[in-house]
Amino acid sequence: MSLMYEMNEKAFEHGVPLSVHLDVTYRCNERCVHCYLDHDDHGEMTTAEIKGILDQLAEAGTFFLTFSGGEVFLRRDFLDLVAYARKLLFNVKVKTNAVMIREREAQELRRLGVEQIQISVYSHRAEVHDAITKLPGSWARTTRAIRFLKEQGLSVTIANVLMNGNLDDHKGAQALAQELGVSYTLDPTVSPKMDGDHSILNLRVPGSYLPTVFHDTSLVGNVEEYCAAPSTPGEDVLNGIPCSAGHTSCYITPYADVFPCVQFPLPSGNLRQQKFLDIWRNSSHLEEVRSIRARDLTTCSGCGHVGTCSRCPGLAFMEGNMRGPSTADCEKSFYRTGIPSENMRQRGLTVPAPHALQQLVQIAPALA
Amino acid sequence: MSNVYIARSTAIASRVLAGETMVMSVTDSTFFTLNDVATAIWHAADGVTPLTEIVTQNVCPEFEITPQEAFTDAEEFVRELATHGILQVSDQPMPDQDSVAGAA
Repeated sequence: MSLMYEMNEKAFEHGVPLSVHLDVTYRCNERCVHCYLDHDDHGEMTTAEIKGILDQLAEAGTFFLTFSGGEVFLRRDFLDLVAYARKLLFNVKVKTNAVMIREREAQELRRLGVEQIQISVYSHRAEVHDAITKLPGSWARTTRAIRFLKEQGLSVTIANVLMNGNLDDHKGAQALAQELGVSYTLDPTVSPKMDGDHSILNLRVPGSYLPTVFHDTSLVGNVEEYCAAPSTPGEDVLNGIPCSAGHTSCYITPYADVFPCVQFPLPSGNLRQQKFLDIWRNSSHLEEVRSIRARDLTTCSGCGHVGTCSRCPGLAFMEGNMRGPSTADCEKSFYRTGIPSENMRQRGLTVPAPHALQQLVQIAPALA
Repeated sequence: MSNVYIARSTAIASRVLAGETMVMSVTDSTFFTLNDVATAIWHAADGVTPLTEIVTQNVCPEFEITPQEAFTDAEEFVRELATHGILQVSDQPMPDQDSVAGAA
């Protein structure tokens, strides 16, 4: 058992929000075709408001802090916020498209002690990447920034989202990451927009392509183990929690709304009206999320995949029931193992239905 | 080694979780949790108090251990954390090296 696992267990036991994802803006200089955000500014938090929240998070025991957006560098105070977070001794990770990072910004991120920087790159080919970001020249600027960051000795990860538009390029992007000397992750998840619009789900790769990804040793490690048929779930699995959202982690929007996770838009409180610990300890929505164990899941508790599925409670929530299945993850479990999920069986499917995610809830986070 | 000064590096992340101090190097992501004795030394590592004084004033009375035992533990702890750049060690005081305000 790793030390980190032990600390996560301890945080769970004591109800500590060990990890927080904080979006400091939804504004962005790119217009990625698969993005789920509304990029207009509806009254994002001021510098003082964010610093006040960072104080509260430090007091609550948060250790891992991810700054994300939108594009974080569109805030002129971004490096000031990072400096403040580092003074409070957070472990800071930054998610960015890196378009605005030049030598000076790279030096500052290094000086401030940012632990990791995750950068979206969708292809090794500029034309494919730029077609996804809709920002001409973005690939060149992003990859140049990665070189600046590497020169500073920073830890960089390229995050690629697999979708129809870059289906043939993920190996090329992986090779680019290797050439640049950075880590690489690939995620085939396209999430519905936060306003409930699910048109972007048409960008999801066909399920039949997923085995190509799931059988790639360089992405999943031990393929035999990763794609093994699930064993019968035991009591420990059924008594387990679906994921860390709301238990040891949460998400804060640029408008100070608190959600269980960036992908779980269940309004749980607003930091302009309440203190963080007030929301964290007393929100009825967070309490409901925390009360759910695998055995309480309406369909998944009877599914053989329940112990190994990547089921996202947030995607399930956006399908209408946080205790229900996330059909996108049912699809992944099927294409990983070849075994239909209980959700598929109940719907009489032997293979997942195309564009399975049909019914989505309208999500309307409280805007300031 | 006892006649040295120690200071917390600024290149760390740290938090107390349910009474236990977590420390991570942000340069190589090495992660440590500190026991009670190590935590006492960590908090006193201001760059200007000699390690000998930290051990005799902060560790021995608090944990009821002999100075010899305490020095042995302290030296091992300091050596390991210094290897990862988490503690800075010098034979001279480091008044400017006391790390970030509100450390852990």
